[in-house]
Amino acid sequence: MPCTIALAGNPNCGKTTLFNKLTGASQRVGNWPGVTIDRKTGKIRGADGAELVDTPGIYSLSPYSPEEIVTRNFLLEGNPDAVINIVDATNIERNLFLTLQILDTGIPTVVALNMMDTVRKNGGSVNAQKLSEKLGCPVIPISALKSEGVDELVKAAVAAAEGGLRPTGLPLGDGIERLVSSAEETISGKVPDEKKRWYAVKLVELDPTVSEALPEAAAKLKEECAELEKEYDDSMDSIVSDARYELIGTIVSDTVTRPVSEEHTDTVSDRIDRIVTHRIAGIPIFIGVLGAVFLGVIGFGDFVGIGTYLTDWLNGFIENPIGTSVEEWCADNDVSDPLTGLIMSAFIGGVGAVIGFLPQMLVLFLALCILEDIGYMARAAFVMDRVFRFFGLSGKSFIPVLVGTGCGVPGIMSTRTIESDRDRRITAMTVTFMPCGAKLPIIALIAGALFDNNGFVALFAYALGIVVILMSGIILKKWKSLAGSPAPFIMELPPYHLPSILNVIKGTLDRGWAFVKKAGTIILLASVFVWFLASYDGSFNYPGADATTDSILQSIGEVISIIFQPLGWEDHWELTVGSITGLIAKENLVGTLGTLFSFDEVSEAGEEYWAILATYITPAAGLAFLTFNLLCAPCFAAIGAMHRELGTWKSTGMAVAYQCMIAYAIASIVYVIGSFIDGTSPEISGIVIAVISVVALVYLLVSKDPFMTKAKAARREAVAQ
Amino acid sequence: MKTLKDAKIGETVKVSKINGEGAVRQHLLDMGITKGCDVYVRKVAPLGDPVEITVRGYELTLRKSEAEIVEVE
Repeated sequence: MPCTIALAGNPNCGKTTLFNKLTGASQRVGNWPGVTIDRKTGKIRGADGAELVDTPGIYSLSPYSPEEIVTRNFLLEGNPDAVINIVDATNIERNLFLTLQILDTGIPTVVALNMMDTVRKNGGSVNAQKLSEKLGCPVIPISALKSEGVDELVKAAVAAAEGGLRPTGLPLGDGIERLVSSAEETISGKVPDEKKRWYAVKLVELDPTVSEALPEAAAKLKEECAELEKEYDDSMDSIVSDARYELIGTIVSDTVTRPVSEEHTDTVSDRIDRIVTHRIAGIPIFIGVLGAVFLGVIGFGDFVGIGTYLTDWLNGFIENPIGTSVEEWCADNDVSDPLTGLIMSAFIGGVGAVIGFLPQMLVLFLALCILEDIGYMARAAFVMDRVFRFFGLSGKSFIPVLVGTGCGVPGIMSTRTIESDRDRRITAMTVTFMPCGAKLPIIALIAGALFDNNGFVALFAYALGIVVILMSGIILKKWKSLAGSPAPFIMELPPYHLPSILNVIKGTLDRGWAFVKKAGTIILLASVFVWFLASYDGSFNYPGADATTDSILQSIGEVISIIFQPLGWEDHWELTVGSITGLIAKENLVGTLGTLFSFDEVSEAGEEYWAILATYITPAAGLAFLTFNLLCAPCFAAIGAMHRELGTWKSTGMAVAYQCMIAYAIASIVYVIGSFIDGTSPEISGIVIAVISVVALVYLLVSKDPFMTKAKAARREAVAQ
Repeated sequence: MKTLKDAKIGETVKVSKINGEGAVRQHLLDMGITKGCDVYVRKVAPLGDPVEITVRGYELTLRKSEAEIVEVE
């Protein structure tokens, strides 16, 4: 029977692992709360026509972060035939808090009691039969990781969907139930009958969203609740939550046998945690971890990272034998000149350079996946929160920023876990300041061509990203649309566990595959487009492959390059064109310059034309070129992701404009300071722009926050009254 | 009036009331910080904020500004 089954539960309770097991789909799973960003669907294996919908983890049905709203809306308006409520048996009290609310919705529910293997290993047990009687719905003990009990779960879920056995919800004590009955009467007919109890309980909680939807009932309830609030000397939300937890307490004491002396004993996880988040060692460890990732992926100075090593090898392989043999084959088979040019520069040159760069990305993704899976990401947010808060962001902003060093798109998408609208928007706008994997070739290009491969250039790039993100935290919150009070930071710290090889490999390959798809589509198109513009002149004559002189691209580049003269790019229109193609994908820049300098195939870092570039611009201008390209508008894929998070094209446009302006301003400062250090004389126009930029940035950074001042004044007034 | 912010590391305190309003308050309640439950203050982050607590058998981190709205005995 075709039916829809929703998978719901707390963050980090093993939902996505179960989803993978049930559907065989390759979902990404991580060990920090909030990895599932949107809901995903898949067919359940072995159950005909049953579709499973994975939802973002939630703690309660009174959500306040956008990903939690996704889940709540799906449960209430998506009309699933049944819900599998996955409950982490090692953390059963808090997990059942959500279960009680799901049972109120009247959707046929099956509770999947996950991580039962861990509970047993610790010497505890849960009586599933008894728990099922108490909750009024089937309870199936499982271990998603070890595939225990998964088949029974599928059977129970399909049976629940077919049988339509609706749970009735558990009574919360006389005082509250009287109010619930009264609310149910008032809203009868206004909401679907089976969901009546859920709406009624929410009205009693005085939930703002539901109260707004049912204003008359809410007004009536408010009066009725006043008496109970007075009796308890508390407000309704707290009274109902207390009642739920009290009820859970009695259920748990009847059904759960805890391991002996569970309280504050030293588990392995505790011992690791004590070192990793140690008061003194915590920050050095954090820096050490990032340093290790950096060394492994990129390397420093003479030390070649694994990522760099593999990428160098693959690039060499693409160049020779692949590139050379394709060229020979074309020559032997009389392939026309334009077609040979197209194949060599767009396919081998453009896409080849990007694919060659894949091993480095995979190593980076692998490192991030392991950190995520073992649970270090959440600790890093804990350690770094104080630093980020100083700049007006939350420790949770750190996770998107770190993911963003791999690729900006998942980085931007993972801002969803930040509840505060303001912090989320600011983070989504600033994540791409971090050098993502695709910007590494640009860094390698500049370091190689102008700085003798000095590791300082890469350090500069990362430091620049962090500084600009933090500066933007201060600057952006002074804008009206981004003003607001600082967000709360309340986050679960999941227990550490060994990385699951399956999860880590799946996560790495998924991200790698997304990158390859991009290379096969957008980047190929861009490469063909650039080849066309670079190889044909204004009247569409073909003077020869990449005969850049008089090409269409040159005319375009020459016009725009005027803007960049103050940054020391002189009249080298190639640099401008490279920056433009970087919009399509940042890694394109290196390949485009290669095409423009008439190389068929260039290595990842463009070694072939380092000498040419060195004669083109001064090191200071090179650093300005790098700065601009690191900070300016990200690739189209990332802009698309930003649009999803910011909501409108207007705010996306504003964000991109902000990024380009700050990129230009800081590049001018870098250029002028760099020139003075280097002993070369910068362009006069560059000095003027740099001075204006410094003044503007200082003003934006130190001027009073108009909204903070207002909020403070309001608070003082309130206190005075 | 003592709040969770004043509790020392290694101390176990009993929650008597949640103050504040809106999302922060709701979030604290959802996470199981309710009247009468025990909270064990585990440690404080390297830079002095946030703090890590054990509540209902799991680890939770929150800032001192949020701990301040939790009244304890």
